[in-house]
Amino acid sequence: MSETKGAPLLSVKNLVVEFNTRHGPVRAVDNISFDVYPNETVGIVGESGCGKTVTGLTLLRLIPMPPGRIVQGSITFQGRDLTRLSEKQMQAMRGADISMIFQEPMTALNPVFTVGNQMIDILRRHKDLSRSQARAVAIDMLDKVGIPAPKKRIDEYPHQLSGGMRQRVMIAMALSCDPKLLVADEPTTALDVTTQAQVMEQIVKLQEEFHMSVILVTHDLGVVAESCDRAIVMYCGNIIETAPIGELFERPHHPYTKGLLESIPRIREEKLAQLPIIPGMVPDLLHLPDGCRFADRCARATERCNREKPLLEAAPGNGVRGVACYHPID
Amino acid sequence: MSELLKVIDLKKYFPVRGGLFRRVVANVKAVDGVSFILQKGRTLGLVGESGCGKSTLGRAVLRLHEPTSGQIYLDGEELMSLSRDQLTARRRKMQIIFQDPYASLSPRRTVAQSIQEPLDVHNIGTPRERQKQVEELLDVVGLRKQVLSRYPHEFSGGQRQRIGIARALALNPEFIVADEPVSALDVSVQSQVLNLIARLQREHNISFLFISHDLAVIQHVSDDVGVMYLGQMVEFTSARALYRNPRHPYTRALMSAIPIPDPKKKSRRIILGGDVPSPMHPPSGCPFHTRCPEVMPVCKKVIPPRINVGTDTAPHLINCHLFTEEPVGDRGAASPSDH
Repeated sequence: MSETKGAPLLSVKNLVVEFNTRHGPVRAVDNISFDVYPNETVGIVGESGCGKTVTGLTLLRLIPMPPGRIVQGSITFQGRDLTRLSEKQMQAMRGADISMIFQEPMTALNPVFTVGNQMIDILRRHKDLSRSQARAVAIDMLDKVGIPAPKKRIDEYPHQLSGGMRQRVMIAMALSCDPKLLVADEPTTALDVTTQAQVMEQIVKLQEEFHMSVILVTHDLGVVAESCDRAIVMYCGNIIETAPIGELFERPHHPYTKGLLESIPRIREEKLAQLPIIPGMVPDLLHLPDGCRFADRCARATERCNREKPLLEAAPGNGVRGVACYHPID
Repeated sequence: MSELLKVIDLKKYFPVRGGLFRRVVANVKAVDGVSFILQKGRTLGLVGESGCGKSTLGRAVLRLHEPTSGQIYLDGEELMSLSRDQLTARRRKMQIIFQDPYASLSPRRTVAQSIQEPLDVHNIGTPRERQKQVEELLDVVGLRKQVLSRYPHEFSGGQRQRIGIARALALNPEFIVADEPVSALDVSVQSQVLNLIARLQREHNISFLFISHDLAVIQHVSDDVGVMYLGQMVEFTSARALYRNPRHPYTRALMSAIPIPDPKKKSRRIILGGDVPSPMHPPSGCPFHTRCPEVMPVCKKVIPPRINVGTDTAPHLINCHLFTEEPVGDRGAASPSDH
């Protein structure tokens, strides 16, 4: 477990990301701020459309522009504001200092090149290595992520590998240049549970070995509970709660977080007659209410919630936590 | 209690063609000898990882995939020998709900047209009666009448799944195959749809074959559970027995692999090595032996027989050599909930 002390490695301030659509601009990420400290694993959780993936992509400036654009805010990484870098400077940063792994490794890997060729390319792009040196590093990385017979596998094409193996190759590639920050976007969602367990174990192990910070973007609170130090809960483009993992699961302050935790299907001693639910559904990002975006699904909502939007503030009596709610649960 | 569906030694092989004359060079054994019984008004959960054959089994039971061999009895009637026309008539009793309601609803048809289609196909009632029934169905699944003239793209995933459910209910079926009906949905919506399915089952006494990769979802909906691996049902018993005391090493590994949404409880995980073997070249002997933490020499050679480790009244059937003492004899169907 990490210590959240010293200067943050990554600091996001007032970030707003919009996409132009046929029906007008949509704010996928609406004024979010958070820090990530060295060696910690932070989970960004939420349901589809909450802005978690856009947040992850924006950190590496990977959202398509247009239709997307960063409207305001800063992303400070190791003292530099990533929103102000040129595309060329950004390319030097990606893969070397910040890496990303995606949900579907088959679409992220190039099908016409061998695993080795793709890995060697990345290594030689960022490091001063000969082909054979880069190949040796690549084999070593494949071994580290638990690929059996890496000397043979390195010359195979992505389609020859299973889903779990492909995701391991992605991780090996992402870590080959020793990045300080890894953004993992739903890295195990496309995998079966037994494979997911293998891959998550690997990510946790490598996080310690490589002394890097990890941002884990996921909808799966189970995965977050097992691998993160801290979590950021998003709803409709906003951060609605942030807390160290233990506290978030034990005492969620935001009614949405509580509802989300309760509605996760889990294996129970005795099965319930009714599963707990969150009534209603996520509002349309094109027609957001003025007040709290969760208000019409919330049992605690009052007139004020419909009128004014609550901002993320430090929770009462605890500086590490934040909650955006007028009527938080104690 | 009486049995609604009885499946005996069902097989579904998909031929793989290759070479100059497109000859069959191999078979993918998607479902390889599965037997089970589903009781009236109950839910049998089928659980397993991708490629284990659970969806193929669901479709083969309805003859949406023509089974390679085996027997299927619905209400005592053998389905395998029915002609196409006879089968279409029987389809009134059996329906299916798909994983992706966007793919299974025509984008060019309104909600009303989609839900009414089964009534049209089977020529039930007058147009006016059909319309009335569609409105009632919408009410049952919790959608407003105003949505009737809208198109699928105007709905969220959860609402589309409700439309899919309404369509499946239109013919008042006795039996519904639900193939990963909530897997594409967010958790907060997932539980809404699961509660709806549970309510419909109670109120309409429908039997479900509920297919999911999610053991927690399966526990919530199922009376009995069959665990599948590589085309075979390796464990089959009541939900209660399975979750209290999983016996097959694969089931145990599967249960332990689920992330627990509670940071204080670190699960004692059985990490399985390697990947699921290809169903085109399944391993000899027990299909799980290549990954089994408790593998013995016999597992590599001999296919484990199905044995009962429970009681006669509450059977707990598994295919595993670890428990082989007195094999049950044949691999015939038996029902864990026959008590």
